[in-house]
Amino acid sequence: MTVMEQRGAYRPSPPPAWQPRMDPAPLLPDAEPHRVLGTEAIAKADPGLLRRLYTELVRGRRYNVQATALTKQGRLAVYPSSTGQEACEVAAALALEERDWLFPSYRDTLAVVARGVDPAEALTLLRGDWHNGYDPYAHRVAPLSTPLATQLPHAVGLAHAARLKGDDVVALAMIGDGGTSEGDFHEALNFAAVWQAPVVFLVQNNGFAISVPLAKQTAAPSLAHKAVGYGMPGRLVDGNDAAAVHEVLSDAVRRAREGGGPTLVEAVTYRIDAHTNADDATRYRGDAEVEAWRAHDPIRLLEQELTERGLLDDAGVEAARQDAEEMAAALRERMNRDPELDPMHLFDHVYAETTAQLREQRALLRAELEAEQDEQEGGRR
Amino acid sequence: MTTVAVKPATMAQALTRAMRDAMAADPTVHVMGEDVGTLGGVFRVTDGLAKEFGEDRCTDTPLAEAGILGTAVGMAMYGLRPVVEMQFDAFAYPAFEQLISHVSRMRNRTRGRMPLPITVRVPYGGGIGGVEHHSDSSEAYYMATPGLHVVTPATVADAYGLLRRSIASDDPVVFLEPKRLYWSKDTWNPEQPTEVEPIGRAVVRRAGRSATLITYGPSVPVCLEAAEAAQAEGWDLEVIDLRSLVPFDDETVCAAVRRTGRAVVVHESTGFGGPGGEIAARITERCFHHLEAPVLRVAGFDLPYPPPMLERHHLPGVDRILDAVARLQWEAEG
Repeated sequence: MTVMEQRGAYRPSPPPAWQPRMDPAPLLPDAEPHRVLGTEAIAKADPGLLRRLYTELVRGRRYNVQATALTKQGRLAVYPSSTGQEACEVAAALALEERDWLFPSYRDTLAVVARGVDPAEALTLLRGDWHNGYDPYAHRVAPLSTPLATQLPHAVGLAHAARLKGDDVVALAMIGDGGTSEGDFHEALNFAAVWQAPVVFLVQNNGFAISVPLAKQTAAPSLAHKAVGYGMPGRLVDGNDAAAVHEVLSDAVRRAREGGGPTLVEAVTYRIDAHTNADDATRYRGDAEVEAWRAHDPIRLLEQELTERGLLDDAGVEAARQDAEEMAAALRERMNRDPELDPMHLFDHVYAETTAQLREQRALLRAELEAEQDEQEGGRR
Repeated sequence: MTTVAVKPATMAQALTRAMRDAMAADPTVHVMGEDVGTLGGVFRVTDGLAKEFGEDRCTDTPLAEAGILGTAVGMAMYGLRPVVEMQFDAFAYPAFEQLISHVSRMRNRTRGRMPLPITVRVPYGGGIGGVEHHSDSSEAYYMATPGLHVVTPATVADAYGLLRRSIASDDPVVFLEPKRLYWSKDTWNPEQPTEVEPIGRAVVRRAGRSATLITYGPSVPVCLEAAEAAQAEGWDLEVIDLRSLVPFDDETVCAAVRRTGRAVVVHESTGFGGPGGEIAARITERCFHHLEAPVLRVAGFDLPYPPPMLERHHLPGVDRILDAVARLQWEAEG
């Protein structure tokens, strides 16, 4: 007998499978970005940490200035500056423990350096002598990722693997506002939440994806709200308040480490410089907007707070400046030396064992180089 | 070879056994993909793995190929050896960016510091009556990407041996499984599986003196059938099973062509921009003076894969192969 023939006997009931999976309210971000500097919350902040943040911010700003100068001098192919975003960069690195992993995007050289990677090795990609210059395992920093959002699933997989092995390792993945439109952002957040992987996603909402403003990127109430759809908390923080970013990220890292699962943090900040040296920001934004953000500068905000609280004096400011100058001088000196290039290395790491085809091609290049050298030596004679 | 009574096994069973043995031998081997756990995969190739090793070792993932491969990258970074299943050839395309931009390049990018030992299993090819997006031969896309190995078995024993080799490889391997051959049977003893040679070695499946058919995966049995039929025409055809498209075994292929002087490359993939063009060029560059005729190709037409009721016209069959053999300028011999 079919259902249609059972008409009299049919008693409707609610669908058996559906039930609310969780209360979304605790996942929602606050209405305003979290702030610490200039608020009562500063009383709880560790003075040592604040001083450390200040030193690193000053170094970070100097690094951005130096790398931009090196680009103008032709020493770097390109440099995507994070000037104005130093608080996010530094806090991301400092919120992690030694055993944790950082997954940077291409604009996150500062975070990579703040994590301990050699400042010159961190620039290999942008100088162009090799794609990635540092050993990712030495400081547990993945290579700077150029394809947007693609490093986020890596962070999820690594954190998941660590958890499977019983290691209390957390992965922190960095991305910009534009990157949140990519499919990999969605897939990474979904996998992270389903697996309850110990990951923290830090979105630096710096206002622009090259030239495209956030309004053309998303219709979400905020980027932090996107977390709710995946079943993880979204946190909104003032990205120019180093103490606040550090606090929010540290809370998220702790939560992940304790088995609480992933968190999405949106840090509201601003890209003071153009996208890169090759970009002209005057084509898509006005000076007034930039000036408004300069008045909310991450270094000046922290400096003022520390000074008012008696945690920083002129000597301290000068010491931080001096430390940054030394770093910049050393970087300049190293970057002004020509990198050692060996074209034969091109073939070394395509496969674990070089294929017969690549051996042939390597021999071809070697013969070309030898002929070139003979020619040069012949010319000299 | 052995006195043990050996029962026939299918290619699918051999693949399952390969993963099972790899997982038993190495706790870092993890299988992941859509429906691979409870269901055992839509082709049942991962059948029993979740039950035997637990869902942490054989994991049903969310339905998102880029996410599957992307998270596998992170797992490999942390020392695991992921074996990823893409449910069908055409469903692997969302994972292309991860494969091309990261999986194939990470070793090179990091100067060998961060190798990614990932096996990406992809059921591929037609001939099973699949509707659109279930029958693609996608090998040319993978072959064009340096840093990947591209492996495809054609026999039950090779399915086991090559998959074990792929999982053990420290390089990423795209392991193309000819889904048409999943249910092909051969006498094979899972308790005494034969080892196969390292990835990158072709094998002569049938010796012959008249001409060489160069093929792989689902077209190997078709070529063997064509070679049998060719005997009636007086041709003694050699059949080479490449087993691996990357690395490519120039040595075995060229030795064969130098013996016979004639070659036909056979594959389901489209001819234009397909593997056959590369193979024909390599043969011509290396064996020109041994060739009695141009290297010919029998390939799928340059079409989007046809609907199932028409696919038999598209797939290289015995007659089309024999027609190509007939065009190898035999008259010049007389």
